[in-house]
Amino acid sequence: MTDTIFALSSGRPPAAIAVVRVSGPQARAAGIAIAGTLPPPRTAAMRRLRDAAGETLDQALVLFFPGPATATGEDLLELHLHGGRAVVAAIEAELAHHSGLRLAEPGEFTRRALGNGRLDLAQAEGLADLLEAETDLQRRAALAMAEGALSRVVTGWLDRLSMVAARVEAELDFGDEDEITRASAFDLPALVAPVRIEMEQMLSRPPVERLRDGVVVVLAGPRNAGKSSLFNALLGRDAAIVTDIAGTTRDVLEAAVVRGGLPFRLVDTAGLVGETADPIEAIGIARAQALLGTADLILWLGEPAEAPEGSLRVGARCDETHHDPASFHHLVSIHDPASIDALWETVSKRARAMLGDGGSIMPHDRHRRLIAEAIVELEAINGNDILLDAERLRVVNSRLGTLLGRDATEMMLDALFGRFCLGK
Amino acid sequence: MFHVKRYDVIVVGGGHAGTEAAAAAARRGAKVALLSQSLAQVGTMSCNPSIGGLGKGHLVREVDALDGLMARAADDAGIHYRMLNRSKGLAVQGPRLQADRRRYHASIQRQLAAYENLDCLEGEATSLRIVNGQVAGIGLPDGTTIAARAVVLATGTFLGGRIFRGLDRAPGGRIDERPANQLGTQLRELRLPMGRLKTGTPPRIDGRTIDWARLEPQPSDQEPWRMSPMSRGARLPQLACAITRTSSATHDIIRVGLETSPLFTGAIESGGPRYCPSIEDKVHRFGDRDGHQIFLEPEGLDDHLVYPNGISTSLSVEVQDQMVASVAGLERARIAQYGYAVEYDYIDPRALDHRLEMATLPGLFCAGQLNGTTGYEEAAAQGVIAGANAAAAACDLPPVIIDRARGYIGVMIDDLVLQGVSEPYRMLTARAEYRLALRADNAEARLSEWAGSLGLLTAERSDHLIRRMAMRHAAAQGDVEHVDPELVRELEEDRRYAPYIQRQSDEIARMRRDGGVAIQSDHATLTAIPGLSTEMIERLERASPRTLDEASRVRGVTPAALAALWLHSRRRA
Repeated sequence: MTDTIFALSSGRPPAAIAVVRVSGPQARAAGIAIAGTLPPPRTAAMRRLRDAAGETLDQALVLFFPGPATATGEDLLELHLHGGRAVVAAIEAELAHHSGLRLAEPGEFTRRALGNGRLDLAQAEGLADLLEAETDLQRRAALAMAEGALSRVVTGWLDRLSMVAARVEAELDFGDEDEITRASAFDLPALVAPVRIEMEQMLSRPPVERLRDGVVVVLAGPRNAGKSSLFNALLGRDAAIVTDIAGTTRDVLEAAVVRGGLPFRLVDTAGLVGETADPIEAIGIARAQALLGTADLILWLGEPAEAPEGSLRVGARCDETHHDPASFHHLVSIHDPASIDALWETVSKRARAMLGDGGSIMPHDRHRRLIAEAIVELEAINGNDILLDAERLRVVNSRLGTLLGRDATEMMLDALFGRFCLGK
Repeated sequence: MFHVKRYDVIVVGGGHAGTEAAAAAARRGAKVALLSQSLAQVGTMSCNPSIGGLGKGHLVREVDALDGLMARAADDAGIHYRMLNRSKGLAVQGPRLQADRRRYHASIQRQLAAYENLDCLEGEATSLRIVNGQVAGIGLPDGTTIAARAVVLATGTFLGGRIFRGLDRAPGGRIDERPANQLGTQLRELRLPMGRLKTGTPPRIDGRTIDWARLEPQPSDQEPWRMSPMSRGARLPQLACAITRTSSATHDIIRVGLETSPLFTGAIESGGPRYCPSIEDKVHRFGDRDGHQIFLEPEGLDDHLVYPNGISTSLSVEVQDQMVASVAGLERARIAQYGYAVEYDYIDPRALDHRLEMATLPGLFCAGQLNGTTGYEEAAAQGVIAGANAAAAACDLPPVIIDRARGYIGVMIDDLVLQGVSEPYRMLTARAEYRLALRADNAEARLSEWAGSLGLLTAERSDHLIRRMAMRHAAAQGDVEHVDPELVRELEEDRRYAPYIQRQSDEIARMRRDGGVAIQSDHATLTAIPGLSTEMIERLERASPRTLDEASRVRGVTPAALAALWLHSRRRA
């Protein structure tokens, strides 16, 4: 039976409203389980959403669309939630417990729409293009991909590994009848290592998703350092709650912004302190610390000496506070737009260096997954059992073949017969 | 001539494909006629006197698991056993043996004679009888016909066969035997897609003129393994083979002789196999090698002929004499029969479905070298499938199709009917993606019960299978006392690779799921699917895949094209 899938289909929380969609044969049952009753089809109504234990999760607007006349062609449930992260997480967790339901894979709603004839392929591709090319840099990266920069590199790997596989297969299919294998021993792990290293290097580049989701810029520092004010100034609008009471920003705030053709995700964090009595603040601080680990760039508003490595040291409120200019990268004041622009300039320069110029290869998530699987197999090659090593090479080459849309076995056989004099 | 007779199935050709096809159809209960130009030649090994090898040994064991003839005939005639890749995992070990040519031939004839519903007829099939677009029998030279609901063509290299040696040419499929030209002409007129391939054979040497003492001997395996678990009793006396090699003097002779080679003068334009090249090919393509191995293989216990494996050639008689004399141990050797190349018609196997039936001509099945393969084992394996399915067509039985996860036979047929061939197709273990699970030693466990459910097993085999399955069951419970030792090893090997096989099960599940998605690949349907390029349409049309899984293996078909096919099939459903 087809799985029923669910996912947050509005933007990243927090937001005013978060829409979670559930599509598939279990959508109706899941809706009844979580909302008690469903409103008449295609009619919105308020419902109290509860977990299995009866605890209220949220008050939400619930809509049910019976298939097949829906966006996906299946039964479709929409839950319009309050847009807090915790609420969304709780609802998702509750849905995941429901049997037959699972979190949708990226693009799965679109795939179902395609499969059920609700979209044609051209529309789906157009949609994907629209979704994916929001900035100029993305457009250029897509172009590089289309022009085959990635394919060229992967073809190179596949060519080289086909030769190695051919050597192994020659041993397996002809080893006992021919002289090639007696002629030379070979060190399989050493033969595949250079390719594996190149693969790892490619994966260490930022994924193309970084272009879509934005470079993560985290504002961090002690309480009341002016992070939220700077956050708003960088955004150019009042997106965060700004007060001068220490600890006002107890959780993490985030906003997407495009600057100079580059996508950013600005993240404002709770002030870092050693201890707090407020449990909610404590959670916020823990999250802030976790976020520092995933940041592409940290704007550090605290003591220069305590700045995390690689961060931009920013002296805020320079119109009120005296900072030693030598200890900071930037001195800014929210009342001085030129100082904010100058900070943006540096942030953009760092981001650009990180992303490359868009002409370099940035593998997609799908490509990264295939390459990562290939690396795992290559690492397992140990030269102990040639049969298992051959199997690993087959998996690696079939992953690369999948990435390229080519038949890896045929390439290996070409290498085999081109290079070795085989058969009696 | 013949009585006017009706059969369910007529098999044309008495080589490895034809004999297995006839026997398989007979095992399923069909009334079968095996038609051959010369009944005395039925069951002949026309090239090398060996059966099995790497990949090929898997096929022999699978044919045996379907109760075919080949493995038992090989054991009846085995004069030198060698388990190839003995030092490697069981999954790539290849059982191979030298067969006494006369005893092999006698065993096949004896096994065929045991089928009461199988008649062997002598004569040439000059035409296919076609009624309402359906095969209805075979026409004979005297104008009479034999009626049948299904026909298996297993004519080997006899269709449009042409023999080359030096600058000499002669029509023929094997030396001194006539080609089947009339039938070939009709097939071309039927506009069946056909092409030309070539193959070759080495000179045969009188063993009494070989200086064996100077050569490195290769003895038969000590351990008395057999090709078929049905074979009982003692082996025949075992002979040693010997190994020698060509020298740079040999290569010089060949280079000079190339101007008389039909391969290099352009007389033969068709593709030969890359993995079993003629000696002139080897010298030409791998010029840096200072020598190539030659295995001297005796052809029988009471036969002086020796088959020098490794020097297949179509050079002139004079060059062959000089070439052989330049090899250590063969200085005074006498050539009893010179090597030659043969060029022949083959049917593009993409015109066949997985039952080996011609899609555009119901009732016509094709098997063996005719389908672009090389090797006895490949031919025999196709013969079983074509014969079993011809019986199915004639007697309304379920089809017999082996998928890629179940056997090498499935891998080969899937490759043939979807990819076609550009050179004679040879089985290699590298072609089997589920190699760890498809071992020569577990063919019986993989296939026999299933074959029994399709009526492919004789009573004798069924009894044997019941005993063996009971032993497997006992062994799995840890009771190995009364269990054949090879079954204990089979179990150990199963366990050894179990984690890897488990991992492949996802891949297999996906293959089988996509195998359940039917697609249409006729021209009208394909051109109506939005988003399919002309190139994709051409590729798909030629291979005519019938499921999404098959389409995914058609060479050059892109993921986008597969998505379009899948969408189309979903919408139709």
